[in-house]
Amino acid sequence: MSKNKIDVTHISRLANLPLSEDEKKELGSQLEDTLSYIQELNEIDTKNTDPTSQVTGLENVTRDDKPTDSLTQDEALANAKEVHNGLFKVKAILSNE
Amino acid sequence: MNKYTPVIGLETHVELKTSSKMFCGCAANYFGKQPNSQTCPVCLGLPGALPVPNKKAIDWCIKISLSLNCKINMFSKFDRKNYFYPDLSKGYQISQYDLPFGHNGHITLSNGNRIRIRRVHMEEDTGKLIHDGEISLIDFNRSGVPLVEIVTEPDFHDAKDVKEYLQKLRQAVRYLDVADADMEKGDMRLEPNISLRDKQQETSNILPNYKVEVKNINSFKFVEKAVNYEIKRQTEILDKNEVPPQETRGWDEIQQKTFSQRSKEDAMDYRYFPEPDIPPITFTDTQIAELKSQIPELPDAKRKRFEAEYKLTEYDAEILTREKNLADYFENTVKVGQDYKINPKQIANTIINKKPNIENILPATLVKIIVKAGQTDAMDEKKLQKVVKEVLTQNTKAVEEYLGGKENALMFLLGQAMKKLGKVDASQVKQLLVKMIK
Ligand SMILES: [Zn+2]
Repeated sequence: MSKNKIDVTHISRLANLPLSEDEKKELGSQLEDTLSYIQELNEIDTKNTDPTSQVTGLENVTRDDKPTDSLTQDEALANAKEVHNGLFKVKAILSNE
Repeated sequence: MNKYTPVIGLETHVELKTSSKMFCGCAANYFGKQPNSQTCPVCLGLPGALPVPNKKAIDWCIKISLSLNCKINMFSKFDRKNYFYPDLSKGYQISQYDLPFGHNGHITLSNGNRIRIRRVHMEEDTGKLIHDGEISLIDFNRSGVPLVEIVTEPDFHDAKDVKEYLQKLRQAVRYLDVADADMEKGDMRLEPNISLRDKQQETSNILPNYKVEVKNINSFKFVEKAVNYEIKRQTEILDKNEVPPQETRGWDEIQQKTFSQRSKEDAMDYRYFPEPDIPPITFTDTQIAELKSQIPELPDAKRKRFEAEYKLTEYDAEILTREKNLADYFENTVKVGQDYKINPKQIANTIINKKPNIENILPATLVKIIVKAGQTDAMDEKKLQKVVKEVLTQNTKAVEEYLGGKENALMFLLGQAMKKLGKVDASQVKQLLVKMIK
């Protein structure tokens, strides 16, 4: 993906970030720089390297099915912008026909 | 008529009944609990919190996969599914993408149709949203509860098969004792995707170029109705030479129809990538064999064994094996009944017709009831015959009239017999009268 223009509008929407036109331009070129920098990895010979998605070497880190203490309701809601009857309150998100 | 063949696939979410959540130690049973009283930094998605998978939930997901005849990925991992929605605190859901725990299985229906299972994967439930006009309210007690998603190939062609598949699936997870699958509590959620294929394209096996998904149905009955409604709705659109739009719809039980359900999000682009906070999960053949050995006899096998071993009809065997508790109860009663020479068929009949409360009535008690009922039945039968014989000898004229074709005479004889017998089943007496006159 050499010089494909990056769709900054699409990416900003996926990231839930409202951007101005100027910001889109600025961030778009920054993203392109980042990608081309990453491209340098392609120069490494990986013929004898197995693909992996992790580098810790760990496996099977699990826990037993034992309940532990939770936060209290007050603690859980402490940083909420708006609260209603013990619930987090947000703007409506579903529109039905 | 019937120019189209419905092509239906199904995604089913089943909540596991573990004690703790999938990636943290919060209690998993959220039903009836104070909102937001069972959360922690992990399931609230607070920065820096580290998820650690619940071993039991993974084992149970493997058991479900095995019971659905799936292959197991011996090397597996979790992935992040990224999207923004208020019930998803982290901005992503931990799920599985390219390496689900189970894949390529199947369920065989009673008509012989084989429904292929594409994948069985493990993920976390989201918080619960309550919509209230201009606002939505969120309870995160459900956030992070272990959820298994079972995805079929588009192998269904009618709503009836969909329903039977769901019944079998629910039965399987209950037999495994890994989920309550209580529809009303939302333990099991159904998402059929439906499209219609022109019958002329049948042989090509090409799938239609659109798909309508009906989301979050929580009743088998509703899923049946929604599928039938969609078949009708899409037929009408296709008949006009149009293509139904690819979309997500909901089921409106009050209006008995599906409705377009658009979220404010644009076309989904989940950008899955391996969950960096959770190292991969591997299994050995020994571990899988051990889990397999823990799987109890499943409904289909049990039903076939009941038919063969106890000489039950398929119908009776099916009813008795619907719930594992009932099947066990039947077998325990049969064991006790052997000492009293009560045959299994009799026990099956009693359980199916009388529906004893199996929580309260011990198998031994039920056997006693059957023995006693057998004695009184025999006595009643003898008494009945004696009385009917009397009535017939005392009323020879009426008997002759009846034989001569007078239906009323039978009613007279019945009246005479009932007078002597008191409170008994008239139809039974009538039957015996007719039998003994001839
Ligand atoms: Zn938690």
